[in-house]
Amino acid sequence: MKIITKLMSATALLAASSLAAEDLEVTHWWTSGGEAAAVKKVAEAFNAGTDHTWIDGAIAGGGGTSIPAIISRIIGGEPMGATQLNHGRQAQELIEAGLMTDLTELAEAQGWRDIINPISLLDSCTVDGRVYCVPMNIHSAQWLWVSHGAFETAGLPVPTNWDEFVAGSAQLKEAGIVPLAMGQQGWQQSIAFGALVLGIVGVDSFLEVTANKNADEAASEAWTRAFVAVAEARELARDSNVQDWNLATNMVIQDTAGGQIMGDWAQGEFQVAGEIAGKDYSCLPGMGFNEILDTGGDAFYFPVIDNPSVKAAQMELASLLISKEMQVDFNLAKGSLPVRGDIDLSAANACMQKGLQILADGGIMPSNRQTFDADTDQQINDLMSEFWATDMSAADAQAAYVSIIKNAN
Amino acid sequence: MVFTAVVVFLGGSLWTIAHSFTSSRLLPKWKFVGFDQYERLWSTRRWMISIENLALFGVFSLVFTLVIGFTLAALLDRKIRFENTFRTILLYPFALSFIVTGLTWQWILNPDFGLQAVVRGWGFENFAFDPLNNPDLVMFGLLIAGLWQGTGLIMVILLAGMRGIDEDIWKAARVDGIGTVKTYIRVIIPMMRPVFVTALVLIAAGIIKLYDLVVAQTSGGPGIASEVPAKYVMDYMFGAQNLGQGFAASTMMLVSVVVILIPWAYLEFGGKKRG
Repeated sequence: MKIITKLMSATALLAASSLAAEDLEVTHWWTSGGEAAAVKKVAEAFNAGTDHTWIDGAIAGGGGTSIPAIISRIIGGEPMGATQLNHGRQAQELIEAGLMTDLTELAEAQGWRDIINPISLLDSCTVDGRVYCVPMNIHSAQWLWVSHGAFETAGLPVPTNWDEFVAGSAQLKEAGIVPLAMGQQGWQQSIAFGALVLGIVGVDSFLEVTANKNADEAASEAWTRAFVAVAEARELARDSNVQDWNLATNMVIQDTAGGQIMGDWAQGEFQVAGEIAGKDYSCLPGMGFNEILDTGGDAFYFPVIDNPSVKAAQMELASLLISKEMQVDFNLAKGSLPVRGDIDLSAANACMQKGLQILADGGIMPSNRQTFDADTDQQINDLMSEFWATDMSAADAQAAYVSIIKNAN
Repeated sequence: MVFTAVVVFLGGSLWTIAHSFTSSRLLPKWKFVGFDQYERLWSTRRWMISIENLALFGVFSLVFTLVIGFTLAALLDRKIRFENTFRTILLYPFALSFIVTGLTWQWILNPDFGLQAVVRGWGFENFAFDPLNNPDLVMFGLLIAGLWQGTGLIMVILLAGMRGIDEDIWKAARVDGIGTVKTYIRVIIPMMRPVFVTALVLIAAGIIKLYDLVVAQTSGGPGIASEVPAKYVMDYMFGAQNLGQGFAASTMMLVSVVVILIPWAYLEFGGKKRG
């Protein structure tokens, strides 16, 4: 018996000291062209730079499908080595339940607090003073993507804000072009809704509702105008019956749609299609109204796995993700903004430069993922899917929205 | 066996029902909030639409599956040639999962590539058949796919029932000069009662758990026009990280099954003596 115990502790020691090469399964939902190109860069760097192997666990279907799958694996006791999630409140309860690896030591050793910009990204990863995730990129949702080709066909100048875009929509329709490309999924419609409302009511009123959950503000007259504007946008998107966001982006690339309201990840699709910003398409941050972007994005979490060798591999991946080279390579491919302010992104195109400039000027606000929990997010998505697909009136939609905000926490 | 039944089925259900009265979010917690989850559930438009959709799908699916299944079975029962071939072809869709069925029909009903495009290609330029993008018709788009997939099985079950009927019955009917159709309706159907019960249970179970077909074919769209209760449960339990709300919805599903099934099962099985 004693010998066995000794043998066992000896093997344990051995395992701890000579850390084996591990297969690290990484789950994510980066499956569109631009996203896949970006994640491939990380996988290659991980395979080349460490002894470990990247096992790709891509889940198709976007965050709505993937997050439940990822979370049920972690809760069900079959955690993956690392996983993408949106930073914000998605993983809050998993962290509280002790299912996520604490990265504080690594974060302090590498001085994440000094290099990550804006610092709110790291704060979103921090619970009770401990760091639980690596912010990977910044994605903002308030962008209007405009096809130059479509507006040329209709004989119009390229619009510089949403009002000009709407003004030209009738002529676009006459030219057989769908004014607004819109994937028929709740989260995409929510993004368009958020971007439009922000443009109309302004950032203070917007945050009063989303961050402070002030339902009276959401019932105000300014918000009524915003809901009417969204109802107008709905009419522009009537003939767009694609589902996935990248198919809607493709309509803009093919010049069969005038524009799309979508986050800056659409950038990657334009890039893969070989389009040039400013020549084939334009990007209007904040819908051309106000230069303000939210700081949503992706972060990597590392579920707790009781194996020191796996843990070492997780730490190596974590420090790779935040490294300067990786931040440049990954974000250039994906079209997202880096989480570090101290790297050279002169290779970035015109659209990304706009985003970087806004970021540097401090035109930022928390994203919906940071202000709403998943439950509220889902209810708003449900409301938006119904609103965009039916003839629901703006007043009804506003009333429903107010009651969601009233019950949000 | 008893252990499994008690712990897994009864225990699991009771645990779910108990937690539907809590404010559990991502992880179950014992924090009671009374009927709050149910109040919210019944004031949610998406849930109401889900219930309506399920009722619509249920009624049509039940009627059409039985009528079509029985008609096909009766036709095969007439000792036609190539019966094996027809039976195989008609049963074949059942071998496919709902996911494959849903995707296939999504493509067939796609207005740009599917049925509508093909018929227009034949010269009928004004032909319009686009149920999946029409909130009023989308449930019928799902119904078509559901019937295509499920009718074969019911047909085979009913056919087996017909084969179990004594040849003498047919001879007697012929002697009395009763027509074929009338014999089926008046004599054969009442004799096939146990087979119909089996078929009904199978169809009803399929209706209540309608989920994967919707996910694959429409993902609840357009808008929330083809949402169903099971999808609400899944989305709120995992997507929205709100277990309490999901449990409340699944408890309502359980209640509706129990309300319908128990009196019926009692009448069907409980009243009679064994033997």
